[in-house]
Amino acid sequence: MSFGPHLFLAVLEGLVTSAVLALTALGLSLVFGVMRVVNVAHGEFFMLGAVSAWFISTALGGHPAIGFVAALIISPLLVGALALLSERLVLRRLNYNPEATIVATIGMLYIIQQAALTFYGPEARPVEPPFNLRVLFPWFGYSGYKLSIIVASILLMLGTWFVLTRTRIGLIMRATQFDSETAQAFGIPVDRVYAGVFALGAMLAAIAAVLIVPIQQAHYLMGLDPLLMSFIVVIIGGLGSLRGTVVAAVLVGLSDGIISVFFSPTLAKMLATLLVAMVLVFRPQGLFGERQR
Amino acid sequence: MTGNRTNKGLLDKSITRRTALTGLGAAAGLGLAPGFVRYSQAQSSAPIKIGFQAHRTGIGAAYGRWYEKTTNAAVKAINDAGGITGRPVEIIIEDDGTDPKRGAEVVAKFASQHKTDIVFGTLFSHVVIGSAPAAGEMKIPYYVVSEGHHVASTKLNRYCFQPGITDVKSQVIATAPWIAANAGRKVTMIFPDFAFGHDHRDYLPPALKAEGAEVIAQIAIPPTESSFTKYFPQIPAETEVIYHVMVGPAVLTFVKELGEFYGSNRPQLFGFLDSLEAVDINSPGLEFLDGSHFWEGSPRYAQSDDTDAQKAYRKAVGIDDNGAAAGDPKDVSTASHMFGCWETLYVVKKAMEDAGYKGPEDRAKLVEATEALTEFAEGPEHPQGKKLFNGKIHQCFGRQNISKVSGGKLVVVHRTAIEDGMYEPEGDYTTQAL
Repeated sequence: MSFGPHLFLAVLEGLVTSAVLALTALGLSLVFGVMRVVNVAHGEFFMLGAVSAWFISTALGGHPAIGFVAALIISPLLVGALALLSERLVLRRLNYNPEATIVATIGMLYIIQQAALTFYGPEARPVEPPFNLRVLFPWFGYSGYKLSIIVASILLMLGTWFVLTRTRIGLIMRATQFDSETAQAFGIPVDRVYAGVFALGAMLAAIAAVLIVPIQQAHYLMGLDPLLMSFIVVIIGGLGSLRGTVVAAVLVGLSDGIISVFFSPTLAKMLATLLVAMVLVFRPQGLFGERQR
Repeated sequence: MTGNRTNKGLLDKSITRRTALTGLGAAAGLGLAPGFVRYSQAQSSAPIKIGFQAHRTGIGAAYGRWYEKTTNAAVKAINDAGGITGRPVEIIIEDDGTDPKRGAEVVAKFASQHKTDIVFGTLFSHVVIGSAPAAGEMKIPYYVVSEGHHVASTKLNRYCFQPGITDVKSQVIATAPWIAANAGRKVTMIFPDFAFGHDHRDYLPPALKAEGAEVIAQIAIPPTESSFTKYFPQIPAETEVIYHVMVGPAVLTFVKELGEFYGSNRPQLFGFLDSLEAVDINSPGLEFLDGSHFWEGSPRYAQSDDTDAQKAYRKAVGIDDNGAAAGDPKDVSTASHMFGCWETLYVVKKAMEDAGYKGPEDRAKLVEATEALTEFAEGPEHPQGKKLFNGKIHQCFGRQNISKVSGGKLVVVHRTAIEDGMYEPEGDYTTQAL
């Protein structure tokens, strides 16, 4: 294949990666930004989204689109509810202590993963895409569904941006993030905001997973990769910064796509890690993050 | 013999009174000695313990689950027929997590904690290679149902055996002539970037070259990869055949993306069924596979010429004519590999009986008895087919199946001869000390 089409394919692949990564990383970034909790179990919420999408789409017969749309609505709600429960039962009782919550979320990671193994099983199972469209370029065919992921992700990111910057809920979240003590003094129920943000973060991961499961399959170990990549994105972009997360996700996703097409996927991961190291050395708050006060 | 002679003597009344009394006294004395009685009973009725190193978790879990089902079915059949040397067989399972480090720990655990007689079972080549040194150190026979060339290459140790399934080198040598003659002569290979894939990488090109075909590109894919489209531009345009072999949870994604990339306008495809083990060939997006070919160890779909032994085996392990779990058409088996568990357990049975195996103190005898085996006849114990066994390299050789995807099923179109997969041994385990 000549260089032009080759690069085009690489960019497409990179954009799909970026789209899913941006959503997943945004959840992680929000949780850290507002709550100062490093959620190591974030990847498992992603996995739960995919696994529950399989259960939902299998339970509903008929056209694959019915199961998929149902999964897109129900999966995030289920995962959000579980996140809410674990926030109430675990994180709140630890007073959101940064060290304690890291250990607690590691524990949650294992519990969720083993529960998935027990109740769902070790198989990788496919969810049918809502539509099967093969977009035919002159040089190769490409999945139309993959292209639709990019569109869906952009819409969801815009929605999140709107909620965060233009609504009262967003204002309360930003106030809590800015200074939780003062926010509390002004009557903002910080505790409930935390619970909501944790659930929202998990729901974003679950939505990303439902979008990706028709192209990747649900598997109980699938949470690790998105977790690591999200950490990379969040560190590069700056914790808690929506703009930083999107830019970093596009950067990491595209470089992953292009470098792994032309060189090797291992090199892509190495360069991403190197970028993280460089950011930590020269701009510890991330490309778009604000310096801690 | 002695018993017979004594009986004869008693009948003939030619035995002297003194001899008879001495004999009776000695027998009574031995019988009354409590330690001896208990010992002899333990010898005759205690179960033979087989440590089963299973991929219950990790990327090999789908295989592990079916390996477990097959093993349980084989053990039930063996026990129903009187066990091994009259003793029942007991399976003790430990999860190796499809992880080499954990695999070695499991072998040590079987040897020192569970005190099993042997270790059996695992599949993924990196786990076998990681666990083999532990088996050698513990001097516990280790019967693997893997596929890699690691055992036959004699790079492991004298305690490692692969008597129930053929190795990759043998498989590719046997199938290369068919590929060159029927699929095409310019071959691009796609394989996982670890031991098992490297066997394909190393042994297919010379085998194809001998048939006048050539490998024009080799694409190695990291075993944890979950997306594959980005590799496909590396496939040269002049490729006539794509030879693919993938393993792990992402296999369905791999073939689906291959389909999206090429559509119906694709080169010929020759795959190892590893690329589709435990995956329904009628999954949406796989329609493009119609007309392509796969290697199968044991056919997933029931064939018109199945032997009675094959039918009985399929019934025992609980798979229907489509190779899915009886009663659950979505639960597709790993039929191409799991027969190896069934056959290996029967090899263990034969070797233990030949060795007069009584307990862990006879492990060296068991190794020698296994090495002395040469041939396994096709039948209920070896439903996949006849096999030849080379005791020097601890590896069996058997027939391979090449199947065509047609009408949403895999139909066997060619069976290789055992000789097609034979090669010169690369070493000799029997020269190693026990």
